[in-house]
Amino acid sequence: MKRSSLLYFFITLAGLILIGRLFQLQVINGADLDPNHNAAVKVIYDYPERGYIYDRNGKLLVANQLSYDVMVVPNEVEPLDTIEFCNLLKIDLDYFKRKYKTAKNYSPWLPSVFLKQLAKEDFAFLQEKLHKFKGFYIQKRNIRNYPISSAANVLGYISKVNELEAKNNPNFQQGELIGSSGVEKSYDSILRGIKGKKFLHRNRLNKIIGKYKDGEYDTLAVNGQDITLTIDSELQQYGELLMSGKRGGIVAIEPKTGEILALISSPTYNPNMMVGRQRAYNSTILMDEKNLDKPIYDRSLQATYPPGSPFKLINALIGLQEGVIDENSAVYCYGGYRYGPRKGAFQKCHCDIFGGPIRLHTAISKSCNSYFSTTYRKIIDNAETASVGMDIWSNHVKSFGLGNYLGYDLPSGQKGLIPDGNYYDSRYKYSWGPTTNISNAIGQGEVLTTPIQLANVTAAIANKGYFFTPHILKKSNDKNIINTEYILPKKTTIDPKYFDPIIEGMHEVFKTGTGKWSNIKGIDIVGKTGTSENFTIINGVRKQLRDHSILIAFAPKDDPKIAIAVFVENGGYGSTIAAPITSLLIEKYLNKKITGNNRKWIENNMINLSLRDIYNQKEIIPKTTLKD
Amino acid sequence: MRAEKNNIFYGVDWILIILYIALVGFGWMNIYAATTNDVNSEVLDFSTKYGKQLLWIILCVPLIIFILFFNSKFYEKFASILYLIGILSLVGLFVFGKNINGAQSWYAFGSVSLQPSEFAKAFTALAVAKLLSDRQYNLKLIKNQIKAFIIIFLPAILIALQPDLGSVLVYLSFFFVLNREGLTLNYIIFGSIAIVLFLLTLLFGPIAIIFMVFGLLSILVVYFLKKHKGYLKFNWHKVLGIYLIFGLYIFSSGYIFNNVFEQHQRDRFEILLGISKDTKKIGYNTNQSLQAISSGGGFGKGFLQGERTQGDFVPEQHTDYIFSTVGEEWGFLGSSLVIILFMLLLYRIIYLAETHKNKFGRIYGYGLASILFFHVIINIGMVIQLLPTVGIPLPFFSYGGSSLWGFTLLLFIFIKLDANKSYDW
Repeated sequence: MKRSSLLYFFITLAGLILIGRLFQLQVINGADLDPNHNAAVKVIYDYPERGYIYDRNGKLLVANQLSYDVMVVPNEVEPLDTIEFCNLLKIDLDYFKRKYKTAKNYSPWLPSVFLKQLAKEDFAFLQEKLHKFKGFYIQKRNIRNYPISSAANVLGYISKVNELEAKNNPNFQQGELIGSSGVEKSYDSILRGIKGKKFLHRNRLNKIIGKYKDGEYDTLAVNGQDITLTIDSELQQYGELLMSGKRGGIVAIEPKTGEILALISSPTYNPNMMVGRQRAYNSTILMDEKNLDKPIYDRSLQATYPPGSPFKLINALIGLQEGVIDENSAVYCYGGYRYGPRKGAFQKCHCDIFGGPIRLHTAISKSCNSYFSTTYRKIIDNAETASVGMDIWSNHVKSFGLGNYLGYDLPSGQKGLIPDGNYYDSRYKYSWGPTTNISNAIGQGEVLTTPIQLANVTAAIANKGYFFTPHILKKSNDKNIINTEYILPKKTTIDPKYFDPIIEGMHEVFKTGTGKWSNIKGIDIVGKTGTSENFTIINGVRKQLRDHSILIAFAPKDDPKIAIAVFVENGGYGSTIAAPITSLLIEKYLNKKITGNNRKWIENNMINLSLRDIYNQKEIIPKTTLKD
Repeated sequence: MRAEKNNIFYGVDWILIILYIALVGFGWMNIYAATTNDVNSEVLDFSTKYGKQLLWIILCVPLIIFILFFNSKFYEKFASILYLIGILSLVGLFVFGKNINGAQSWYAFGSVSLQPSEFAKAFTALAVAKLLSDRQYNLKLIKNQIKAFIIIFLPAILIALQPDLGSVLVYLSFFFVLNREGLTLNYIIFGSIAIVLFLLTLLFGPIAIIFMVFGLLSILVVYFLKKHKGYLKFNWHKVLGIYLIFGLYIFSSGYIFNNVFEQHQRDRFEILLGISKDTKKIGYNTNQSLQAISSGGGFGKGFLQGERTQGDFVPEQHTDYIFSTVGEEWGFLGSSLVIILFMLLLYRIIYLAETHKNKFGRIYGYGLASILFFHVIINIGMVIQLLPTVGIPLPFFSYGGSSLWGFTLLLFIFIKLDANKSYDW
C-alpha cells in the first residue's frame, strides 16, 4: 500500500463523517420552517373581541371591557429606580421582587404578567410614564363586564390559561383568557374567535429588525361570535330574588323545545366579582370548601337530592304501563303502609284518608304513601325475580333521563342514582325484594336526582311522554341551533295515554290538594309537591334536619309553556316554600307581573324568608364580606 | 526558455487556483451575509467587516505575485532562515504582543493586527521539508526523529504558551508528513489509543477503565504466553512494565484532567461527552450554531435570508463559526459542496505532491495538505458539534487578514514549488 494512501484515506473518511453529520442535522432533523417555533421570530398576538352573550329576548348579559396588564420581559429590564416604579404602580417592594423573580424563572426572554388589570383611571397616566422603564409594557386585554348581576352559575367566568393547559394545547399561550366554567367554557371556541398573528424578525438582543418574510405568515384576527341563550333574564333574576336567604336550585324548561328558561342556584353571587383585580380575593371566599354556602357550586346542576313525592308520579306511570294498576285500582291506607312483619316495617303516610278506598287521582292529589308503596311493590313483584323486576323498573325510570347525564351543554353535572337489579344484587348478600327498598316508591331510599333532571321529567310529563334534551344555547351568531341532539325529541317508555290521569291528578293538587294555597287565578297550574328527608352529622351524631321542600309543576295545563322544578334545602313541606315560589315564578313568566294583594303578600313573604337559622345549625359560616 | 522563466505564472496548477478562488469567493459571500446589517449598504464600505475582508482579498493579489516571483530554489535555500524568523516573531509576542481575548497572540500596528502564528505554519512546513529532504536523512533513526519533533514542537510550544491551544492542535498534523516519509505508524496508533483511553477514563472513571484494560491485557498476555512458552521466565519485567505503563497513564489522565485542565476546558469535554448537562449555557455558541445549521434544511434559506445569521444569533459567526452561515443559508447542498471543494483541494495537493521527484516539494506539499486538513475538520467538526469547542479558523472562509494571508502564503508557496518541479534535479 502506498504511503500516500493514509492521508487520502483519512481525508475521505473525515469528509464522509462531516457530510453524514450534516445530513443528520439538516435533512433528517430538518429545516424549521414553522415561524411559531423559530427563536429568531417574535410573534405578536392580536386578540379579538370575545363574543357577547344575550338572553332569549335580546337583553345583554355579558359584554366586554378593556383591561390593561403590565407585562415584563426580564432580559430587557434595565436598572431602574424601584421605589419610583413601585409608587407608580401602587405596589410594594416585596411584590416587585417576587413578581420579577417569578417572571425570570419562567423565562428571561418571554413576557410574563407583572401586574394584572390596572384600574381604568391609572392606565393613561401609566402608559406615558412607563416609557422610562425598559422591559415593562402594557398589554391591552378584553375582560368581561356583566351589566346585570344575575345568572353567575349559567354564565360562568373566564380565567387565564395556566402552564399545564398551555402545554397540552399549542394553540393557547400562557396568560391568555379562556372560559373555565358555565357557558363561557361550553362555548369558548365560538366566543373566543381566532387571534391574529404578526411575525417579526428579531435579533439575539430581542430587537425587532423587520417583518418576518414580509408578513407572509401573518394572519388577521377574527372576532368571536355572539351567542343568545335560552335564559329569560327577568325570570332568572326574579327566581334569584325569591331564593334569597335560602339554599337550593330552580330549573325552568320550555317543554316544547327543551330550552332552559331559568337555571337558578342559591346562594349565588354577583358575576362581576370574578372580574378585575379583586377577583383573586373574591374567589378564595367563593370557593372556600369549608363554607357550605358554596356559591360557586351550582346546585341546580350538581346537587343530588332524593326527589321525594314528585317521584311517585313516575312510579304511577310505570305501574300503568306495566299493567299492575289502573285508574280504578284502590288501596286502603291506615295512616301508613306495612311492608314487613317486624315492628319498624311501617311506612307512615300523611294523606289523612282512613279506611276509604284511595284511587290514582286522589292518591296523587293527597300524596298517599301507601298507594304508591303498593304500586311499587306490584311492579317489582310482577317479574320472576326481584332483580329482574328492578331492572324493568329501572329502565322505565331511566328513560326519563334520570340516573345519567342528560347531555346538556353546560360543563357541570351529576348523574344522580337510579338503582337496578345489579345494584342491589351486589350490595345485599341475602335475598331481597321490593320491601327491602320500599322507600324508592316515595322518592326516598337510594334514588337521587338533580333539580334539572326533575325539571326534565316535568317537561316529559307536560309533553305526555317525550322530552327534548335541555339546552342553554338558543342562537349562535344570530342563527338558530341545528344540533340534532337538542332538536330531536327523546321518547320515554310510557305510552302517551297514561299521562292523562296523572296530569288530572296533578291538577287536583293545585285545586284541592297539597298545593291549593299556591293557586293562580286564571292559570291552570299542574304539579306535585314533595318533601324529602335528609340528615347530617353534627359532632359525630347523626341528626335529622328539617325536610327539603320540593315542587314540580307545569303550566298551563293545556299547551304547557313552562315546566319547573324547585328544591329548597331544609324548607319543610313542599307546600310551605317550594310551592309558593313555583307559582310566583309561573305567574311572572306567563303574566309578566304579579297581581292581587294576596299574591303580593305571598311574594313579599318569600323574598324576606330566610332559612339562615337552620343552616347555621349545620356549620359555622365564616364571617366574610365580598369585595365589590 | 527565457520567456517561460519570465512568466511567473508558468506551470502553475490551474485547478488549485480555481479551487482557491472558489473558496475565497464563496467565503467572502458568507462573511458578507454574516456581518451585514442592512441589505442595502455599500459593498466597498471598509468600516464593515466584509469591507475589510474584501480589502484583504484584494491585497492578496500583490501577495500572490510576490510569492510567485521567487523561484522554488529560493524557498528551499531560505527555509531555515524563514523558520527562524517565524520563531522569533512568536517569541517577540511575549514582549511586544497585545493581549486579545485572553491570548497574547497579536501584534498591533495601529488599527491593523497581525497574528504571527498563522504565518509560522508555513515556515515550519518549509523547515520540516528542508530537514527531511536531505539525502542522508533517515527517519527510522531515533535521533533524526527527535530532530523532526523539535522543529515541529518548538513553535507549537510557543503558541501553547500564548495560550492558543487550537493552533497547537494543528501541529499534530505533521504526523501525516512524517508518516509519509517513513515514520512508523506506531506513533499515530499509540497516540490514538492514548486519546481514546483518555476519553474513556473521563467517561467511566479511572478504576473502571483500569479493570477493563487490565482484563484485556491479561487475555492477550495469556494467549501470547501459550504460544511462546517460557517467555515469561526471562521477560516478566517487560510484561509487568506494560501493565505499569497503562496503569500510570490512566491514572494520570484522570489527574491531569481534574487538576491541570482549567474549568472551562473540563466543562467543554464533559458537555461533549454527555457527562454533564449544559445548564450554564457553556455550549451556547455551539448550540446556536447547530440550530442555525439545522434550520437550513436541504437547500438552505437563501443568500441573506437566514434569520439566525441576520439576527446575529450565532456568536463569532464571522470567524470560528462562519460555517454556520453556510449551513443556514445554503443548506445541506451548500455545506456539502464546501466540504467537497475542500476535499478536492486536498486530493489535488497530495496528487501533485506525489509527482515531485524532489523530496522537498513532496514533503512541503504534505505539510500543506495536513495543515489544511486539520483546520477544516477541527473547525467544521466543532461547528457541527462532533468535536469540543476549539477556536481555529476555517481556511479562506474565516474573517481575518492574518489567517487569509497565512493560508494564501502556505498554498502559493506550494503552487510555485509545483510549477517549478520540472526543473528539479
